Amino acid sequence: MTIDRRPLTEQIRRNGPPPTLCEYEDRGGYAAIRTMLTEMTPEEVQREVTDSNLRGRGGAGFPTGKKWSFVPMGDDAPRPKYLVVNADEMEPGSFKDRVLLEGHPHQLIEGIIIAAYAIQAECAYIFIRWAYRRSALALERAIREARESGLLGHDLLGSGFNLTVHVHTSAGRYICGEETALLNALEGHPVIPRAKPPYPQVSGLWGKPTIVQNVETLCNLPHILAHGAEWYRGLGKGKDSGTKLYAVSGRVNRPGVWELPIGTTVREILEHHAGGMQEGYAFRAMQPGGGSTAFLTDAHLDMAMDFESLSSVGSRLGTGTAIILDDRTCPVGFVRNLEHFFAQESCGWCTPCRDGLPWVERLLAALDSGDGRPQDMDILERHVTFLGPGRTYCAHAPGAMEPLKSALEHFRSDFDRHIDERGCPWAKTGTDE
Amino acid sequence: MTKARNHSVTIHVDGRSFQADAQRNLLESCLSLGFNLPYFCWHPAMGSVGACRQCAVKQFKDESDTNGLIVMACMTPSAEGTRISIDDPEAREFRSSVIEWLMLNHPHDCPVCDEGGECHLQDMTVMTGHVSRRYRESKRTYRNQYLGSFVTHEMNRCIQCYRCVRFYRDIAGGEDLNAFGSRDRLYFGRMQDGTLENEFSGNLVEVCPTGVFTDKTLSHHYSRKWDMQSTPSICSHCSVGCNVHLAERAGIMRRVTNRYHSRINGYFLCDRGRFGYEYVNHPQRLRRPAVRPSRENSAPLISLSPAEALARLRSRLSERKRIVGVGSPRASLESNYALRTLVGREHFFSGMSIVEHRDASLILQILTDGPAPSWSIQQVEQADAALILGEDLVHTAPRLALALRQSVREQPMEQLDGLNIHRWQDAAVRTALQGQRGPLYIGSVAGTSLDDVATRTFRGSPCDIARLGCAVAHEICHDSPRISELTSEESALIREIARALASAKRPVVAVGAGTGEAWIIKAAANVAWALHRRGVAAGLVFAPHECNTLGLSLLGGNSFEQTTAIEGDRDRDALLILENDLRRRLETATLNRWLERFDPIIVIDHVDDAILDQAGFVFPASPIACSDGSLVNHEGRVQRFFSAIAKEQDVQVSWRWIQDIGRVSSLESFHAMADWTSLEQIHAAMAEDFPVLRRIGEAAPPAQFRIAGQKIPRAPHRFSGRTVLPVLETIHEPQPPHDPESPLAFSMEGTPSQPPSPLVPFFWSSGWNSNEALNKFQDEVGRSLHNEHLGIRLLEPQPDARSRFFENPPPRYERRNNQLLLVPLPRLFGSEELSARASAIQEQIPKAAVVLHPREADRLGLRKGQAVDVTAPGLTRRLPFETDETMAGGLAGLRLTPGGVSVPLPAWATLKGAPSP
Amino acid sequence: MSHSKDIRSMLSEHEKDMINEELSHYPTKRAGAVEALMIVQRQRGWISDDLLLAVADHVDMAPAELDRSATFYNLIFRQPVGRHLVLVCNSVTCWLMGADRLRERLRSRFGIDAGETSADSRITVLPNVCLGACDRAPAVLIDETLHGPLTADELDRLLDSSLSETLP
Repeated sequence: MTIDRRPLTEQIRRNGPPPTLCEYEDRGGYAAIRTMLTEMTPEEVQREVTDSNLRGRGGAGFPTGKKWSFVPMGDDAPRPKYLVVNADEMEPGSFKDRVLLEGHPHQLIEGIIIAAYAIQAECAYIFIRWAYRRSALALERAIREARESGLLGHDLLGSGFNLTVHVHTSAGRYICGEETALLNALEGHPVIPRAKPPYPQVSGLWGKPTIVQNVETLCNLPHILAHGAEWYRGLGKGKDSGTKLYAVSGRVNRPGVWELPIGTTVREILEHHAGGMQEGYAFRAMQPGGGSTAFLTDAHLDMAMDFESLSSVGSRLGTGTAIILDDRTCPVGFVRNLEHFFAQESCGWCTPCRDGLPWVERLLAALDSGDGRPQDMDILERHVTFLGPGRTYCAHAPGAMEPLKSALEHFRSDFDRHIDERGCPWAKTGTDE
Repeated sequence: MTKARNHSVTIHVDGRSFQADAQRNLLESCLSLGFNLPYFCWHPAMGSVGACRQCAVKQFKDESDTNGLIVMACMTPSAEGTRISIDDPEAREFRSSVIEWLMLNHPHDCPVCDEGGECHLQDMTVMTGHVSRRYRESKRTYRNQYLGSFVTHEMNRCIQCYRCVRFYRDIAGGEDLNAFGSRDRLYFGRMQDGTLENEFSGNLVEVCPTGVFTDKTLSHHYSRKWDMQSTPSICSHCSVGCNVHLAERAGIMRRVTNRYHSRINGYFLCDRGRFGYEYVNHPQRLRRPAVRPSRENSAPLISLSPAEALARLRSRLSERKRIVGVGSPRASLESNYALRTLVGREHFFSGMSIVEHRDASLILQILTDGPAPSWSIQQVEQADAALILGEDLVHTAPRLALALRQSVREQPMEQLDGLNIHRWQDAAVRTALQGQRGPLYIGSVAGTSLDDVATRTFRGSPCDIARLGCAVAHEICHDSPRISELTSEESALIREIARALASAKRPVVAVGAGTGEAWIIKAAANVAWALHRRGVAAGLVFAPHECNTLGLSLLGGNSFEQTTAIEGDRDRDALLILENDLRRRLETATLNRWLERFDPIIVIDHVDDAILDQAGFVFPASPIACSDGSLVNHEGRVQRFFSAIAKEQDVQVSWRWIQDIGRVSSLESFHAMADWTSLEQIHAAMAEDFPVLRRIGEAAPPAQFRIAGQKIPRAPHRFSGRTVLPVLETIHEPQPPHDPESPLAFSMEGTPSQPPSPLVPFFWSSGWNSNEALNKFQDEVGRSLHNEHLGIRLLEPQPDARSRFFENPPPRYERRNNQLLLVPLPRLFGSEELSARASAIQEQIPKAAVVLHPREADRLGLRKGQAVDVTAPGLTRRLPFETDETMAGGLAGLRLTPGGVSVPLPAWATLKGAPSP
Repeated sequence: MSHSKDIRSMLSEHEKDMINEELSHYPTKRAGAVEALMIVQRQRGWISDDLLLAVADHVDMAPAELDRSATFYNLIFRQPVGRHLVLVCNSVTCWLMGADRLRERLRSRFGIDAGETSADSRITVLPNVCLGACDRAPAVLIDETLHGPLTADELDRLLDSSLSETLP
């Protein structure tokens, strides 16, 4: 395996400190921006990234180059422009950005420089959750090193381009990961998603053009610039380009995160990398991309984990971090836990989300405790529809309904058993190891 | 505004085609078209934020689209060809689900809730058809807060529509109410218990769609909306003339609510206007005529019947040849006119203080002779640049201050077109504009409530403020007088202000009369006129002292100086005082000397406090809330008010007392008014006497007005207990009280139709029991009322007038040795006489004090807690002092509440620390 | 405000320096307000009303506005917490890997449920959304250090050492 096949994680040391600036530069780090700053125009950078077909790794999969293309460029564009790094990883089951933040902050900084240069942003904020304190400290250290070497700050490497990078620590709310809510949070305003238009690319942070980008997305940029769009496209297995950080958690033998060609099959990730199910546990279903994605079952094991394949079966690649539901865990309890999370993390702005999600959670709790009634299933079904896209103010509640909707499809009999048997059939056996 | 409808588009609702306005969203269009589409978070004056999701409809791409998508009507523009369905089953079901969610935790305590029967949540629940409860869990509860004497808090009823915080923070600029927590544990309240600080907090009662915020004063004498008789009236607590509904039951005034007027108050009232009404119920309010047998040893007043009192007066007046009349800026135009008619032009004293009289005449002159029009509140709201000179307007013309606060958004809003954002998309607008503010400059003696939205502020003495204004005028147009001795800092500010005003499309100069400095008024005129010379259509807005200051001024009474110069012979002259406590306006010794020259002294009033010790005869007047008449507001708009309470025994409107007094006098002039039996007759007489008042009769339909032969009922048709109310006095069912003065009836019987706007007694429509029923009274929601009469604007500018600028502005303020310039600091609560008698207001009246910049306090060697002896011509007071870093140096602010200031201010004063007790 | 001087003196110079450093990153002070709260909380454990007023004054925000933020975030504490803070992940992977057993152990050992503080103020246990450590489930964060995967016995041993240390 060459460096080229695992570009994002190659230099990350498990259980070791992240590469220092020197170590990174010794292995080709920051070379891409030296070339970029001296030889490329922002438009050329944008073109390269567009050609690479890089899609956002935060969950929605929006093409990065296209996102940048909405930013006003040129001398009369509003200033300053901002780049915001979304490091508020809080989707249940997701921990891949933490690996990149803790393991290789300089790679992220180089990605930030590239993205900032491409849209001519002078200031970048890394919006990071409080619980990632280790990551934040690693980032602060790396930023200091980069600044002291002239890689950040005024007149980068004599190019005339200026960029300051700050770390913003957030006090913990899932909704801050929604890009416009994140902007409100960063500004110190009530954290409610914003109405669109205006789109952040035009009127974002403090009303200025702003790009919000996921950590993993940015970490791809140095490699795209270093090796070219064509090389990058070649990394993927299917239609999508590059590698993807895939992760698996739950009752598998080796829970973890791996950088693999995007489009690797579910089975390969599960069996080869995660080591298959633990002794005594069988695979029942999985959420492929975090807590807000619809379940896949064993019928889907040979699907490619890429954007299109998963949406074709009604799920999403999401963050690419899978959660495994095993046969000894109650699917109703599993969904109840998820809905508790979503109800808890609702910002409280719109009615269906604020009041609908707690009801869903309590209905599931009632099923669990033996209080479920047949008509509760109708109410659940109704919530699946009425908390769907367009009904709510943002994508939070629709995201919460994805696992519920698919659970009602795949595990309907389990729900019914809770009603018929007046309680959780798993409660007697428990989820003991 | 009568905007040309060039945005007309066709939209399709449930298969039918309608014309709609492309500038509005689908919710607004649907409501304007008369559809019943439920909503909560949208508000016509606050726009859309998409929070409640109640107004869902189904939108179709085109004729062939049968699936459609659920959209929120309030978040969707009315674009050409838009196809929606309100009746779509899925849309209906979704709307009923929204109510179901909102009801999960709502306590269903309607029977004990003050909002019950006029609750938007009740109405919307019925509208969506959600009837049965499926949620089995227990409800969430909260601890309520004490929010002061105006507003009651009951958080359990909250449906989290966010209207309260949006009004309080975004519209009113309040900072102490917010939304705490998140998810389904949101709390709308203050950080800690305490009185709501904002001057417009009472609007929470109306913007809240349910019973979270209710009127605490109403709860002290509670009655359901349907059980109260409601009457259109005009607020009498400042010069703005906000339109209000007064609600009464069993002779007790119960509450004040907003009566929409598209040019004045729109949707919002100030707290003085809303909660000041209880003076009507004041236990000491005068309700019987009284006579003082002897003036000499301050004998007590003895109550008599009207006939007896008038008979006694007849004997006293028989040998009197003259009556000197004292008018009142808080009495109606008709009563003042009646007095003037009886006593004659030359014996009619306006009743205003020296300063008020001078300022009012000046304002009248500026608005009549100059090219700059006086602007309505609505025009001020749409001004794209503003200069405020003088005092903190929130204390003297609060609704005007609220309008100025909105005006700062006008200029930034111009960017919205480029961003493809509609004005109604409030959330998007606020995101896009990022708190940008258009130009607003304030010159004042101390910090003001609008400083937080001001571009820059200037602090100085009243004459320095006037000089600032004059210098701005000169900078705009060099024909206006030059100001010398400006510092470079001042010059820079002046250039900045001049540039901002001259480059605006709709700049306004707003001035309060509260500082007492006439030159501030003149400076404002100079600025507006200079702008007109430059071709900029600037507006002027003044805040005279009281509700009818301008109306009284139009009648041209004498000033106090003129009055004292010619009047007074105790053997010959009687004095007739109309609704006026002269001790509030004239220095005590001077007043007492003057009163010595009259006998008897006759007082017509409803305020017991206003009765002079010297008064020999007292006749109980109906307050404005309980009578019919007209007032002229700050812009020169005459508006009609109607009596909210049926005629009370022994009490009558002042002009009738004046007529009765005329009848028992030997004055020739009585014959001119002998036949008056209605306001219409007085209006005819006034129109003849005063060309400017020729249209006064058009302000509202006359008393004879009927709809299909019927009067307009003040009581809703559900009014209950009509026959029970008087049962303690009589078991016979009495006739409903007559109301010969107006087309309104004290009854539930009458026309079911909507009357012309000045006569609308309450907003109610089938299925719309709350004040949101207003939608059904407007041509388009948020715009003109059906059959709108706006009152009559009496004063229109001379567009071509090249009025001469006011010359010889005052010199720079020079501090005097050992003296400070004493300036008045009016207060929202306490400075206005009538509202200060309301118990809820009384709880919020600040203590009287002298206010100093900390430096001045140090210079005077004052210690914390020490009292100050203030000595000025005609004034000696010992008062506590307070320091205020926003107070201009070299000044002392006099916060006299209640009681007003009885000496002309500003005046030089000596301040000394009082010896410690 | 007459007590504004007293309020201002509530923040230490060190805290003010750290807050000012954060504020210098933004064009508006309010953008650093939540970080300012976290700085103070790290020193004081929780944000009392007085501290909230002090921070609001320092960042030029209306107290109620800052309190809106303070009450919105999961990790700003407006009530006293114990000297040690144990955040137990309650999201899905940790749940299915046995987080409930950790909570049960905490309950039996300290007599407190998630969201409560022990009577001796030694420890506060809070549920927390996904800690981003699903590969180490069930995970807990003890005084900002991540631990996992843990059995109930391992948690016990961990607490023995963590809680015996004296506070810095």
